[in-house]
Amino acid sequence: MSATALEITLNGERREVPEGLSIAGLLAHLGLDERVIVVEHNGEILRRPRYREVTLAAGDVVELVHFVGGG
Amino acid sequence: MTTFAETLAQLDEPLSIAGRAFRSRLIAGTGKYRDPDIMVRAIEASGAEMVTVAVRRIDLNRPREEGILYHLDPDRYFILPNTAACYTAEEAVRYARLGRAAGLNDWIKLEVIGERETLLPDVEGLVKAGAELVRDGFTVLAYTNDDLVTALRLEDEGCAAVMPLASPIGSGLGLLNPFTIRLIKSRLSVPIIVDAGVGTASDACVTMEQGVDGILMNTALAEAKDPVRMARAMRLATEAGRLAYLAGRMPRREYAVPSSPEGGMLGPRGERGERGERGERPGEPREGPRS
Repeated sequence: MSATALEITLNGERREVPEGLSIAGLLAHLGLDERVIVVEHNGEILRRPRYREVTLAAGDVVELVHFVGGG
Repeated sequence: MTTFAETLAQLDEPLSIAGRAFRSRLIAGTGKYRDPDIMVRAIEASGAEMVTVAVRRIDLNRPREEGILYHLDPDRYFILPNTAACYTAEEAVRYARLGRAAGLNDWIKLEVIGERETLLPDVEGLVKAGAELVRDGFTVLAYTNDDLVTALRLEDEGCAAVMPLASPIGSGLGLLNPFTIRLIKSRLSVPIIVDAGVGTASDACVTMEQGVDGILMNTALAEAKDPVRMARAMRLATEAGRLAYLAGRMPRREYAVPSSPEGGMLGPRGERGERGERGERPGEPREGPRS
């Protein structure tokens, strides 16, 4: 992993992540199970096969959502 | 000869939405329970086959906090994502697409809220979002108010079910306007699911007696002192109201009609011989000795 970090907005919070990190890498970094998560990257919903292809860039906006209790 | 089990099976048909059949006419929400274990047991007791869920950010400070699917098996329950707390058509469409991306189905319980105090729907945004989601291939179940014209528009736009409220979300006020609910049911062809407002079992029963196809409830179960018992009560009440509707109630009358035969009554005490008609009504002139 590169030593340089870049800043993204993750679920509304600014966060530094290592340069060159993929979405799959981000989820692993956060300890999240990608099977129960939906990823929105810069306003676009990412399909699971793309998690490994998409690399995070500075200023990216990422939303990680899941299902919670609701009526 | 028809067995009792066969008779029971013939009493009602399944609830059918967009070609999918459900034996239960009760749809359960999964919000506001004290803990997941009570939620799971209450939903089991309710007999619901379809449950609603909300789409929310993962809490990154508690990333190991489990989502709802950890507790409810999507192979056992049909998961209906909602767009709760969305205040514009655009926002609702975004949440619907996120829900669909979970990969379970393309159904959405569409809510576009217009006002914070009452959570009453923004019907303009609702019709707009409904139309867009139908075009995008969603099976849309639209939460709306008990307004016939909006219900007709939602059906025209291709919604698979229309879900008028009994009373505001989480109010527990019960069915405030049976007339408008019956009117909507009588004019639309798609299933009518009353969504929101039932507070206790009698509310569910009266609602189903209007002839609607089902009920969606959450707070009435989650906020009961004993959600599991209330869920069972709601299941029975929903079935009771449905069967009472199908059975067709007797007419209301403002006078009494006896249930027991009026003929065959004994003569008055001290009656002798064949004198006196049997089965006279009290107050009617009688023959025979009066002593």
